[in-house]
Amino acid sequence: MILNVQGITKAFPRIVANDDVSLGVRRGEIHALVGENGAGKTTLMNIIYGLIRPDRGRIMLRGSELPLSEGFLGTDYGIGMIHQHFMLIREFTVLENIILGSEPAKGPMLDRARARRRVEELVARYGIEADLDRKVRDLSVGEEQRVEILKVLYRDAEIIIMDEPTGVLTPQETCGLFETMRGLVADGKTVVFITHKLEEVIEVSDSVTVMRQGRVVGNVPARETDAARLAEMMVGRQLDALPRRTAVSFGEPVLKVTGLSLDGRAGVRPLRGISFDVRKGEVLGICGVEGNGQLELFEVLIGLRRPSGGSVYIGGDEVTHRSTASRREAGLAEIPPDRTTMGIVAEFSLRENLLLGRQTDNRFSRSGFLDAGAIDGETSRLVGEFGIMPPDPDARGYSFSGGNQQKIVVARELAREPAILVACQPTRGVDIGATRLIHKCILRQADEGKGVLLISADLSEILSLSDRIGVMYRGELVGLFEREDATEEKLGLMMAGVLN
Amino acid sequence: MRGEVRTGLAGVIPPLVALALAGIVSSVIVLLLGESPLRIAEVMVTGSLGSLSSIANTLEEATPLIFTGLCVAIAMRSGLFNIGGEGQLVVGAFVAAWVGYRVGGLNPVMHITLCVALAGAAGALWALIPGILKARFGAHEVINTIMLNYVAFILANFLVGLPYFKKPGQIPQTEDVLSSALLPRMTFLYEYTRLNLGFVIAIACVLIIYILLEKTEVGFEIRSVGHNPLASRASGISVVRNTLIAMAISGFLAGMAGSERVLGVHRHFISPFPFGYGFAGIAVALLGRNRPMGVLVSAVFFGALASGGAQVDIETNVPRELVTVIQAIVIIFVACEYPIRKLVFPRRRTAT
Repeated sequence: MILNVQGITKAFPRIVANDDVSLGVRRGEIHALVGENGAGKTTLMNIIYGLIRPDRGRIMLRGSELPLSEGFLGTDYGIGMIHQHFMLIREFTVLENIILGSEPAKGPMLDRARARRRVEELVARYGIEADLDRKVRDLSVGEEQRVEILKVLYRDAEIIIMDEPTGVLTPQETCGLFETMRGLVADGKTVVFITHKLEEVIEVSDSVTVMRQGRVVGNVPARETDAARLAEMMVGRQLDALPRRTAVSFGEPVLKVTGLSLDGRAGVRPLRGISFDVRKGEVLGICGVEGNGQLELFEVLIGLRRPSGGSVYIGGDEVTHRSTASRREAGLAEIPPDRTTMGIVAEFSLRENLLLGRQTDNRFSRSGFLDAGAIDGETSRLVGEFGIMPPDPDARGYSFSGGNQQKIVVARELAREPAILVACQPTRGVDIGATRLIHKCILRQADEGKGVLLISADLSEILSLSDRIGVMYRGELVGLFEREDATEEKLGLMMAGVLN
Repeated sequence: MRGEVRTGLAGVIPPLVALALAGIVSSVIVLLLGESPLRIAEVMVTGSLGSLSSIANTLEEATPLIFTGLCVAIAMRSGLFNIGGEGQLVVGAFVAAWVGYRVGGLNPVMHITLCVALAGAAGALWALIPGILKARFGAHEVINTIMLNYVAFILANFLVGLPYFKKPGQIPQTEDVLSSALLPRMTFLYEYTRLNLGFVIAIACVLIIYILLEKTEVGFEIRSVGHNPLASRASGISVVRNTLIAMAISGFLAGMAGSERVLGVHRHFISPFPFGYGFAGIAVALLGRNRPMGVLVSAVFFGALASGGAQVDIETNVPRELVTVIQAIVIIFVACEYPIRKLVFPRRRTAT
């Protein structure tokens, strides 16, 4: 055992995040830590890394106890952590980010040459591709993650903790990450990774620890279990299957896009002549490696950016040059790709977040004054219907878990009874329970004869929900299939630009 | 999980701790000057709260600060830092004086309403300049509001020197406003008080701004834009529109402060116009946590410092400037609120 966690307990004012947690990690293994959002995985890892001090318990590293006092940081003990949200400086180059904080010096000067040699050694040793001179702002998410990995390796980490590393990756990028992880353990490093994607756990890890509500509920070798059993351990009950849609019939187009183009900075064209339509009762899925124009497509559709060419129609009306408010009036609702920056207002209460965008609706507002009674009624209705936890109308947006923040967004948007829902990466970083709920909402929306545009990098999500599937590559829609004609392999190749 | 340390009692404690720390540091300075801190504190308290006349002085000093504090606070709630209260106040003061002596034949209610409304409108227009530059071109409002302070002062100095506005004589000032435009003073409290109806108008503004922010669509949108402009835009809320509304209200409040000074205290516009209420409004809003009720409390507190300070100057050997130093120390400690909050609630603030 390289790492032995014994009886860790950590209570926050409203929740016991870790309740007598014990866990053993062997040297040279890939150890998966799984559990729903709020199960206490990240808290536990932050304790091991030294960002949070536990109330009780101890941690043994290579047989000796870690001093979990003020000022302890895992970095000094060969523990590296890669956070879910990357901590990189966008205006710095890859090399500068890697060495930041441990720069080799030659007198008072930065010894760039030495830094570069060391990083290049690491790149070669672990086969991690990285262009050291590019600025981080120009990198894809997968590339940023490789920079984070190099960062911890540069600091001589023996144990590497990764928090939800695959949450934002495509199948190909995920495969690449797994290769890297295998390379690391082959070299004697130890990897602990937090996830809730269970197929991945089975595929890559050696052993699995399952957490639920702050406790460890199981620890099994990965080859002796399967995804279904892990899921049950995680949620503590059997999961109901996603309803299959039967006898679908499609009506008029509710969202139509013709020749949509967008000119970006410095001659980049994020969108190039995109055309499609979403019909009543249909889920149109658009998949693609992240950074191929999906975000821009979303922004143009909801009216945050003006296209440089082409048109957008909602329910037959052209809205290309209309404001976001007027598009929403026409029946548009959206689930944005990043709930923390675009979905909720962190400082707003739950009540206010559920009202956002509907404050002028005459159900909630009389001649400019908000109707507190109606708003409270709507809040408790939505909290109940979507199981938002904690159900406290005064709780601030930032105090909710990622899954519950996403539920807030979905509840608010669907309560508007939109004719067309545009959902962009709706389940990214969201736990199983909330994901299942969001998927059901998307299907129900279609069953009620409304349209759904689902933009996602998660292929299994696209395949299980969509009636038709489009693929985006470098700003173009390179393929559009009926669901029956789409296979994971074919889509994957098109996403990589190999096939079109 | 981050705890709800911002609300209720927990929201009041950090500013109080900041004030206590400021008191300790100020005491040390007073000791160094060879005076007894207890004596100074006693003079400060009696000078600001000890009698009807001193209370009236405190509230009189607080009145313009309530307006300028609200001015900074509402802009801040919309995500803008309006440092231009000073200039907006001067513009308002000038307009109030002009309308006050130029427009005759009105009854007092009409005349006062007209003067205050036009002064507010002038302040609002002055604030809309940086507002539009920000909303339309993204020009930073801090720079533009500061610069417009200078423009306002110089413009007012220039205008008041013109024969059309200037009262004959050596001093660059306007005629006194007509008696119909004077804000009645509360002489029932104390014969020579300058405390006037403007204080009541200021209290009304506190309530109106509170209701506006917390109970109306517009307030909801302003706060939403202030906290998260991107999420607001994605929800169909216009950032441009709400930025402009907030700046206009902000400037209107500063303009009203100018009218209160002219119609209630000075009775004319004089060059250079008394300086500092606009900037003090920043400290008032900061101490009041940008909440209307908080602004009211903190404006009265700063008013008490000013009136108590005047008494310190008269009764002791400590110079009045010390009171300015104490104000500055208070502001520094209030600005240090975050470390103080960590000191008071060491365990509550942990990231998820």
